[in-house]
Amino acid sequence: MIRLGTRARARSGKLVHGAVLLAFSVLLGFPFYWMVITSFKRGPDLYNLKNNPFIFNQMPTLEHLRLLFEETLFLRWLGNTLFAGILVVAITLVLAVPAAYALTRLTGRWGGRIGIAIFLTYLVPPTLLFIPLSRIVALLGLQDTLWSVIVVYPSFTIPFSIWLLMGFFKSIPRELEDAAMVDGLTRFQAFLKLVVPISVSGILTVVIFSFTLVTQEFVYALTFISSAAHQTVGVGVPIYLVRGDVYYWGSLMAACLIASLPIGFGYNLFLDRFIAGFTFGSVK
Amino acid sequence: MSLGRQRWLGPAMFLPAVLYVVALVGVPFVLAFLYSVGDVKVGSVGYHFVGLANFKSVLQNPTFLRALRNSFVFTISSQILVLVGANILALALKSAFPGRRFVRFLILLPWVAPVSIGAIGWKWILDSLYSVINWVLIRAHLVNEFSPPMWLGEPALAMMSVILVHTWHMLPFATVIILAGWTAIPKDIPEAASVDGARFFRRLFQIELPMMLPIINVAVLFGVIFTFTDMTVVYILTRGGPYDTTQVLPSLAFFAGILGSDLAEGAAISLFLVPVLAIAAWLMLRTAHRAEVT
Repeated sequence: MIRLGTRARARSGKLVHGAVLLAFSVLLGFPFYWMVITSFKRGPDLYNLKNNPFIFNQMPTLEHLRLLFEETLFLRWLGNTLFAGILVVAITLVLAVPAAYALTRLTGRWGGRIGIAIFLTYLVPPTLLFIPLSRIVALLGLQDTLWSVIVVYPSFTIPFSIWLLMGFFKSIPRELEDAAMVDGLTRFQAFLKLVVPISVSGILTVVIFSFTLVTQEFVYALTFISSAAHQTVGVGVPIYLVRGDVYYWGSLMAACLIASLPIGFGYNLFLDRFIAGFTFGSVK
Repeated sequence: MSLGRQRWLGPAMFLPAVLYVVALVGVPFVLAFLYSVGDVKVGSVGYHFVGLANFKSVLQNPTFLRALRNSFVFTISSQILVLVGANILALALKSAFPGRRFVRFLILLPWVAPVSIGAIGWKWILDSLYSVINWVLIRAHLVNEFSPPMWLGEPALAMMSVILVHTWHMLPFATVIILAGWTAIPKDIPEAASVDGARFFRRLFQIELPMMLPIINVAVLFGVIFTFTDMTVVYILTRGGPYDTTQVLPSLAFFAGILGSDLAEGAAISLFLVPVLAIAAWLMLRTAHRAEVT
């Protein structure tokens, strides 16, 4: 058996390391590269089987983007998503922040148990609930409106947000509020004036998380909303950008890119906190 | 006095959230059970108890049995791929290297981008005519130019495509969770072992992986739940086709319950998700409990 020298071993280790990283980056990132190149390719170049598809064989074009913004409902969907996202975030914050605080500080042993029960509801998937919910939505008179998803989405953003925030509030020292209450503030005032301001980063995490979920959701929006004009991007792009059987791949891929990159950046900023939430805070 | 106020302040702060979730998760959850033993259709009024008739008709439907099997095949095979891939990738990302932040952003995209949008990207890559994969395979003379593989048009290939797109979507999530687990391992233990001359793989399999097990469990359990209950990838890529060969429980429930207007049958189909969810939730609680104890 040949034993490699330490230096040779280190070098081959580095090579393997680099190769593994490269392979995974290509496998995971390729669809996004493909979206970029498809978005700016001219039609004849895109649909010519003789051309090398990896490069621009003709000058890049902005035609697909123009089509997307001027002749489709894409801007409308972006607006719908933003509007729904803001309202869902607002509902989530108003309900989840006080709840998480109460469950960490004011309910003793029961708080943790209720917290876990709430977290479990996050595991109940839309594909189990969408059928009864479609009736509830109709009963509320919300079918085929953006309001259907605005009302329903907090049902899964609130549970995970409470869970995230409970972990966050636990790390705030109790003495801080006790001191404020000795100074004459009530418990609720201490929560509003002291705890909320120092929890900004936790609250921002909830904002990003809830907003991301609104953009990612597919099943509810597909079920409750039947007009293209009322859709969000998650359903509008893959379902309604296809006319009949014709896929406008250039515009479609441009829409995909625009809809996914900003969320990617936002999510990345708060990644560590999401992980703490998913792993029950056991890694930090 | 102030103690009395304290007593109602807690419930006043958490009850609104709890009621919201009960109304929109708890109530429909119970309704799903009621629908499955009733005769509810879109637009129908009234409710008649029909016992297990819906389940009986569903179980006699070959498409349902296929979907049930597919759900397990999809979930198990994609999670095995995710588990292997995520462990290798997390290991590679563990040590610092130039550009690590960018690589992390890049590999996270498949998880963060809306899954419907990632799936439509793949639909273009797997296109029947302009598939870039086929272009490469044809140039490499690996497939016949005149009958290239129809990735979404042949049952076996369509199954494989759906599994791989699921793997692509879930791999980043498992990777970052496992990566977080690595950074939480106490540093002195592996180092002590390396002083003893234990080589890389022995150290990995005998010391580090067992310590990582709870975290890996969490990643897998979430992966199982998210994959088993997902209909988006199947719906976008194949609509369950060709000939319902890639149908899974959630997508079949959608086709029967929403598009087919038979809410009762759809509810009965989606209830088959519950046993797997319950087992996964139970295992997760156990893991969480252990994490709390230590």
